[in-house]
Amino acid sequence: MSDAIRELTEQKYKYGFVTEIDEDRIPKGLNEDIVRLISQKKGEPQFLLDFRLKAFRHWLTIEEPRWANVHHHPIDYQDIVYYAAPKPKKKLASMDEVDPELREAFKKLGIPLEEQARLSNVAIDAVFDSVSVATTFKKKLGDLGVIFCSFSEAVKEHPELIERYLGSVVPYSDNYFATLNSAVFSDGSFAYVPKGVRCPMELSTYFRINAADTGQFERTLLVADEGAYVSYLEGCTAPMRDKNQLHAAVVELVALDGAEIKYSTVQNWYPGDAEGRGGIYNFVTKRGKAMRRSKISWTQVETGSAITWKYPSCILQGDESVGEFYSVALTNNRQQADTGTKMIHIGKNTRSTIISKGISAGHGQNSYRGQVKVLKGAENARNYSQCDSLLIGDKCGAHTFPYIEVKNPTAQVEHEATTSKISEDQLFYCRQRGIKEEDAVSMIVNGFARQVLKELPMEFAVEAQKLLGMSLEGSVG
Amino acid sequence: MSSQDHEHSPLLRVEGLHARIGDREILKGLSLRINAGEVHAIMGPNGSGKSTFAGVLAGRDHAEVTAGTATLDGKDLLAMPPEERANAGLFLGFQYPVEIPGVGNLYFLRTALNAQRKSRGEEELDAVDFLEFAKDRMKLVEMDPAFMSRGLNEGFSGGEKKRNEVLQMAVLEPKLAILDEIDSGLDIDALRVISKGVQALRSPTRSTLLVTHYQRLLEYVVPDFVHVMAGGQIVLSGGRELALELEKKGYAWIDEEAKRGAWAVPAQVSP
Repeated sequence: MSDAIRELTEQKYKYGFVTEIDEDRIPKGLNEDIVRLISQKKGEPQFLLDFRLKAFRHWLTIEEPRWANVHHHPIDYQDIVYYAAPKPKKKLASMDEVDPELREAFKKLGIPLEEQARLSNVAIDAVFDSVSVATTFKKKLGDLGVIFCSFSEAVKEHPELIERYLGSVVPYSDNYFATLNSAVFSDGSFAYVPKGVRCPMELSTYFRINAADTGQFERTLLVADEGAYVSYLEGCTAPMRDKNQLHAAVVELVALDGAEIKYSTVQNWYPGDAEGRGGIYNFVTKRGKAMRRSKISWTQVETGSAITWKYPSCILQGDESVGEFYSVALTNNRQQADTGTKMIHIGKNTRSTIISKGISAGHGQNSYRGQVKVLKGAENARNYSQCDSLLIGDKCGAHTFPYIEVKNPTAQVEHEATTSKISEDQLFYCRQRGIKEEDAVSMIVNGFARQVLKELPMEFAVEAQKLLGMSLEGSVG
Repeated sequence: MSSQDHEHSPLLRVEGLHARIGDREILKGLSLRINAGEVHAIMGPNGSGKSTFAGVLAGRDHAEVTAGTATLDGKDLLAMPPEERANAGLFLGFQYPVEIPGVGNLYFLRTALNAQRKSRGEEELDAVDFLEFAKDRMKLVEMDPAFMSRGLNEGFSGGEKKRNEVLQMAVLEPKLAILDEIDSGLDIDALRVISKGVQALRSPTRSTLLVTHYQRLLEYVVPDFVHVMAGGQIVLSGGRELALELEKKGYAWIDEEAKRGAWAVPAQVSP
């Protein structure tokens, strides 16, 4: 094994720090009173409390799933604080009023909020711990009728939209973690793009887990009305922690007739140390429902977390709807990823594309799990799946679990899979041309992931490339 | 080192080089000197150690050097990792160039050139300047620009890969280019194009070491010196005519003599 490969397996997480902030938190543990308390603290309407309670009662009757190809110590759900909010000194009207300490934290993360918002034409809904503290560009969006705000705010300002769409794609009873989220979610983002409106800027949220031992339960809901277009960016980093932190988010996308939603994620939470201690458990449910002639496109670059368990999926309900899934998942050290997608073809002439790139280094374990389901009425459904795995070193693993279920004979489903290694020959070739070994590894990995990276919006693609290099070693030119 | 020393000492100096792969000794006391501006050819049968020698000079770690020295411009090659040897001006044209999917050909070339420039304290070229420069070099090997946006050697034919090697050499402008069987697997047209490229890069400050089986290449790129390798040593050195003789007589007689131990004492190779 070459030095670069050995070094990258000992790579340290580069975003480890904790911000001291005065917090409003509730006691550890979970019961019906806690659920009511969360709802009460947030001043929620009855329908939402009912939704939470239904979810909580259902959650008590189900068990944690065991089918994923991941291993971890049992999670003590009573040892988690389900709500923590930074105490703002007063109601915030603009970025200038944001707690200086918070802004400092964002700076450390390399997210100069105002500047980034101004320069890159990106509106940022910054989520710090569980409550949104700042929302920019709201006015500009507001002129077009685009709503982009924290979930809590949407509950207050647009309860009818929340009531109509919450749980419409991921029902409260969907799966163990989604159900838990439905009971205790603290905050998240909401966006609504009205009929025929093309959202002029990429909507972006930076998540950050901060309070120790606080599980973060984000809830994101995006609705693109008929003929609307929106591109949404989600990116995250987290401070170094010894104790595992559970993260169980839910993202629901609704693309009405002729709408298009592009959802891009770069996930870089604390992955744990080289021995696998600490790190985030990232158990996420992401799903979109695509109506007639609409399109939902998921792009994800997953480099962080101790365990990643997520399957951004598309329900292709409307005729001629399109679903896409582009994924790069990198596991290093003791990281485990079990990720993929589900494409459910219900409408006629529905199309889906799956491009999955798994990169395993160190003792990392990377599984692609994908389901392509063509229902009886889905005439002429088409799917193309490509799953490639790249192994770096000889202690990691790559696994592929494709499930294909076709109930309509006119369907065309293709699945291709490859596994390759970064070879000593490739490294030597690059070095013979003057390129340092660690740069060569980054370059080869980025080349491998290129098909997916090119789907990301420009600024994000650059960031993602850097991240891939950093998650291994060195940087990418 | 002053420029005067430069003129009087060879660019490449290899003395008594021994190397083994596993338990097998492949190079057994190889010596060779190449002055600036010269073109040398090493010929020899399969298994004589030609490619191992090329690999050892470039720093491939498949073979372990057990004795001897190798210097480029007076610098100890064997003490440097491969990228430093490249930065010092050593280029290896590979017999089997690797494919690196998704890494654009042009991007790779620019990264390599800039890595080398940076190591020499020169300014890096931006994408625009580089493109101009690369376009000029592509003409030299009649490279279709469409190849440049493709992945590095991805899906290239054997001939295209070799052409790409020569293009890389033309862009990186090494002091010493070692071309390992750059002519193998080429049809006559491709051979002509590649030879033209190699020939065009000849200069008083640049040296070339051609490693080849056949003298066909040498009709296009006429070497100043020809060496015959057998049993891990250079056993015969001469001018261009030696290649023609080998073409006529084959390698069998050398093999035979080598087996009989006729080359126990390395031939004097330095011209």
